[in-house]
Amino acid sequence: MSIIAVEPSTADQEPHDEASDRAPRTRSSSSTAARWLGSHWVLAISVTVFSVALLWALIPGAFTHYDPIAIDNGLKLRPPSAEHWFGTDLLGRDLYSRIVYGARASLLGASIAVAVAVVVGSVLGAVAGWFGGWGDTVLMRLIDVLLSIPGFLLAISIVVLYTARTGHAGLVPAAIAVGLTTSATFARLIRSEVLRVRASNYVEAAITSGATTFAVVRRHVIPNSVATTVSLIAVQLGIAIIWIASLSFLGLGAQPPEPEWGLLVSDGRKYIATRGWLTLFPALAIVAVVLATNNISRHLSKRATR
Amino acid sequence: MRTYILKRFGQAALVLWAAYTVSFLLLSALPGDAVHNRIQNPEAQISPEQAQVLIEYYGLDRPLWEQYGSALTAAVHGDLGYSLTDGRAVTELVGAALPSTLALTGLALLFGVVFAVLIGIVANYAPWKSVREVVGSLPSLFGSIPTFVVGILLLQLFSFGFRLIPASDDGSFVALLAPAVTLGILVAAPLAQVFTTSIRSARAQPFAHVLHARGAGQVYVFRRGVLRNSSMPVLTLLGLACGELIAGAVVTEAVFARPGIGQLTVGAVSTQDLPVLQGVVLVAALAYVTVNFVVDVAYPFIDPRVLVNPKAQRRSGVNTKASAGAADRELAALPPLRVPRRLPVEMSMP
Repeated sequence: MSIIAVEPSTADQEPHDEASDRAPRTRSSSSTAARWLGSHWVLAISVTVFSVALLWALIPGAFTHYDPIAIDNGLKLRPPSAEHWFGTDLLGRDLYSRIVYGARASLLGASIAVAVAVVVGSVLGAVAGWFGGWGDTVLMRLIDVLLSIPGFLLAISIVVLYTARTGHAGLVPAAIAVGLTTSATFARLIRSEVLRVRASNYVEAAITSGATTFAVVRRHVIPNSVATTVSLIAVQLGIAIIWIASLSFLGLGAQPPEPEWGLLVSDGRKYIATRGWLTLFPALAIVAVVLATNNISRHLSKRATR
Repeated sequence: MRTYILKRFGQAALVLWAAYTVSFLLLSALPGDAVHNRIQNPEAQISPEQAQVLIEYYGLDRPLWEQYGSALTAAVHGDLGYSLTDGRAVTELVGAALPSTLALTGLALLFGVVFAVLIGIVANYAPWKSVREVVGSLPSLFGSIPTFVVGILLLQLFSFGFRLIPASDDGSFVALLAPAVTLGILVAAPLAQVFTTSIRSARAQPFAHVLHARGAGQVYVFRRGVLRNSSMPVLTLLGLACGELIAGAVVTEAVFARPGIGQLTVGAVSTQDLPVLQGVVLVAALAYVTVNFVVDVAYPFIDPRVLVNPKAQRRSGVNTKASAGAADRELAALPPLRVPRRLPVEMSMP
């Protein structure tokens, strides 16, 4: 995933802010790193949180040895302890293990949603921006309409449609529904990026010297739109995590016994008065990861506009 | 002015029609016998007479465009079809659910705007840098907490923890507070974000420097120049946020077990009652369109230049041209130039 590409180690090679510009040139690399961390500690924490969530999703077995689904009636509703860091749920399942494995469902869902949104949105936006004319007008009006229906309601409608056809809800249809509804945002951004790049001198020069439309899009438009798109991807990843968790919370996304963060909060709710940790820990996981993606996105968009 | 309003009204009607068409197409994408299936479902409380009416009403034996034509005509006349679970009219169901949701979303919008204004002002004008930074990061935090988590925490804290408010809706105003704050936080996040940045960019504009140089204080500059310039993008966003309010109400009402559009939606979802769902989507689109129409009509009163070139103003929000006009007006209203007692921070730039 492209977000991971921005890690402190690669980013600290160039001066970032006024503080490091003013610093004397003769400095050791370790003090540079320390100074970078001092001014970018929020970003460093965000990248760390996101990386941990990503590792949880990729290799959950490395972080916990408890089965997230197997039921153990002897361990019902235990409070957090040394053996069970986040306690256990009603069916005696280790909550920490369920959150670790839940990262897979949440991040996979969000990735599918964003992938769908990027592909659909890029194609629509690029076609509209590049060719213009009545096609552009029709597409943009269509996107206005899509934006006038609250996205979450539209996602719910699509999920219901899927459920009516197949008889069951699921994580993947919920993710695709979220992706389709958020694709309008990407279409708008890509269109404006295409229009911006298209008006530039180098594109004009490329067209004049005989480059095909495809070549210009591939060589100029896409590379020049990447920076802003990646920053939108990061922020949409956070939004998708929230939406998918909310759909699961309403019973329209992941189905039990699959560990998914929204579902975990929904399960824990019944015991919030006496066993608050069952709600609090999965909720914290969602908030931490979404905050991290938002911070990374803000940093990326700052870099894009610099 | 009149052509401007007419144009906006036409656009609103067009968007509403298109939203109806999209939701109709979604409904028709169902497997063809979905309506029959629902009616024949033994759990559905529909009498044979009602069933006959429904089958004729939806005219499933007719081609799609004919169904669309009759449905659209009916919708224009205020008939949104009938629920597939109990055969009641969708307008009746929506009408019964609407007041509760309107009270919730209205109060939530108020809370959202108040939060956003407070955050925007404190994040820009607080005398301590740490306070500005902490408050400035609140919108990002608000936006990162799912609504259902905010709701659960507030419910736990105020209903079960402090026992300040009833845990379920008893129709009182106090019971409305916690859900409204929950939903308000959802709306406040983007509003506060935009308000904070647009105050910042408005303060950095030449007219603000000129006003400061002529001895105007922070409060005067904010009230006379910065506020108007920075409220334009917020107003645009407010229109967009209203659609999301209804979607947010779905989650909020589910958490607080409140009756309303949200509960109607969740019920319709669990029984796959698509006419009701379509009605909800249409109501949400209607709310969005209405609020955006009002916002569009309000623009010229805040910024008369909109009438000259509406598109440019809406897209760019705070722009540099805006400052020129504002500066001229503000200068005329000011006392003659005198030496400022203290240079504003911005003036220390080269």
